[in-house]
Amino acid sequence: MLLPMRGLPAAPPRPLAHPHTAPAPPPSLLGPRRRRPSQRLSKVVSYYGLTTPPYKTDALEPYMSRRAVELHWGKHQQDYVDGLNKQLAISPLYGHTLEDLIKEAYNNGNPLPEYNDAAEVWNHHFFWESMQPEGGGSPEAGVLQQIEKDFGSFFNFREEFMRSALSLLGSGWVWLVLKRSERKLEVVHTRNAINPLAFGDIPIISLDLWEHAYYLDYKDDRRTYVSNFLDHLVSWHTVTLRMMRAEAFVNLGEPTIPVA
Amino acid sequence: MALRTWAAKKPLGLALGGARPLAAARGVATFTLPDLPYDFGALEPAVSGEIMRLHHQKHHATYVANYNKALEQLDAAVSKGDASAVVHLQSAIKFNGGGHVNHSIFWKNLKPISEGGGEPPHGKLGWAIDEDFGSIEKLIKKMNAEGAALQGSGWVWLALDKEAKKLSVETTPNQDPLVTKGSNLYPLLGIDVWEHAYYLQYKNVRPDYLTNIWKVVNWKYAGEEYEKVLA
Repeated sequence: MLLPMRGLPAAPPRPLAHPHTAPAPPPSLLGPRRRRPSQRLSKVVSYYGLTTPPYKTDALEPYMSRRAVELHWGKHQQDYVDGLNKQLAISPLYGHTLEDLIKEAYNNGNPLPEYNDAAEVWNHHFFWESMQPEGGGSPEAGVLQQIEKDFGSFFNFREEFMRSALSLLGSGWVWLVLKRSERKLEVVHTRNAINPLAFGDIPIISLDLWEHAYYLDYKDDRRTYVSNFLDHLVSWHTVTLRMMRAEAFVNLGEPTIPVA
Repeated sequence: MALRTWAAKKPLGLALGGARPLAAARGVATFTLPDLPYDFGALEPAVSGEIMRLHHQKHHATYVANYNKALEQLDAAVSKGDASAVVHLQSAIKFNGGGHVNHSIFWKNLKPISEGGGEPPHGKLGWAIDEDFGSIEKLIKKMNAEGAALQGSGWVWLALDKEAKKLSVETTPNQDPLVTKGSNLYPLLGIDVWEHAYYLQYKNVRPDYLTNIWKVVNWKYAGEEYEKVLA
């Protein structure tokens, strides 16, 4: 996702010391602190760009209107990208991958200024890829088995996802995550920009519950929005790919039986 | 049991003016949606009639309904002596009760331009604003900046500290009422910065909403509250 941005002015010089007295990051996460003298000397600077949803902006109609997608992607997500790039121009966190940036800037629950925009850029990118035209319905094969194992049934998973989405008070996100240590799928909701990567979880599905995500199409009716997402939009194809990747980090086995 | 007796004698929120103890036999006060003191379209073009209708008829009405439901559940939990249910209900009470309190103030904070909305404060509040912020323009700039910077949903307030007799600008997340920032703080003016308050008209541009809302602010109400509290 680290894309060069054309036409950006050269970044102002970055201060060496972090302005927010961040504690030293765990060495396992970041490796030895790099000084990047070459980047400072050269004029090449990379910033994050706005990634594009993997379908046309009207492809999710009638469940998510073109107007809603265009504003959500073209304005809200763009604002977060711009905000992040503005921060990175003066941030010692410049040069991290987005995931590492989110984990470090979360700062054990006392988020640094970079956190909000970085997490929202990631969350939105992940959200668009969590959907597809003619999505929804029920997953198959290994993903279905894993859901049945961890929730009892697909019906229970659906109920739990709805319950969690509707019980979030205010803005935020509802997620299907793979818990690393418990080695199971779980539905969680998070406030505002908070991303479960910070807790060590592996995100599998994200659904935006900020009012801007559904207000033009559904007004105050969050319930119909969430239920349409599950019935018509969620991409079980993407979920399968994400589960396959997650299995590289988490052993979901019963021995020798691959799950997804 | 003590809590139940207290609830029966003092229906929650009578002081807020919105409570009608309909279910007196059960000891639970029932809150009702207050009427808007103007038509839905009366604040146009600053706030559209569609936003006002949804905001009042859907959002505020839902907070009232869920607040009443939570209070009823609380009453039942207290009767049964179910301590963990009582604790569990706190977040629903804070959110929905806060939503009711905040919106009840918000409607009174607004006024159609033809009836004096947007006219700057005179009298004691005007002087106090000059003293504590420099000028009304500086206060508005500060509230707009803090409102625009608020992450997620919430409110930005002009607060009066009843003891220190000082004005301040505060923000609260979600539907937290101002009193959660300190029991001395009294809300003179609250601006809703939830997306539902402006999205249909202003979309992602919250700062434009904040700029325009001042054209329909009822400073007369804020001034009267100020004098009432300090009297």
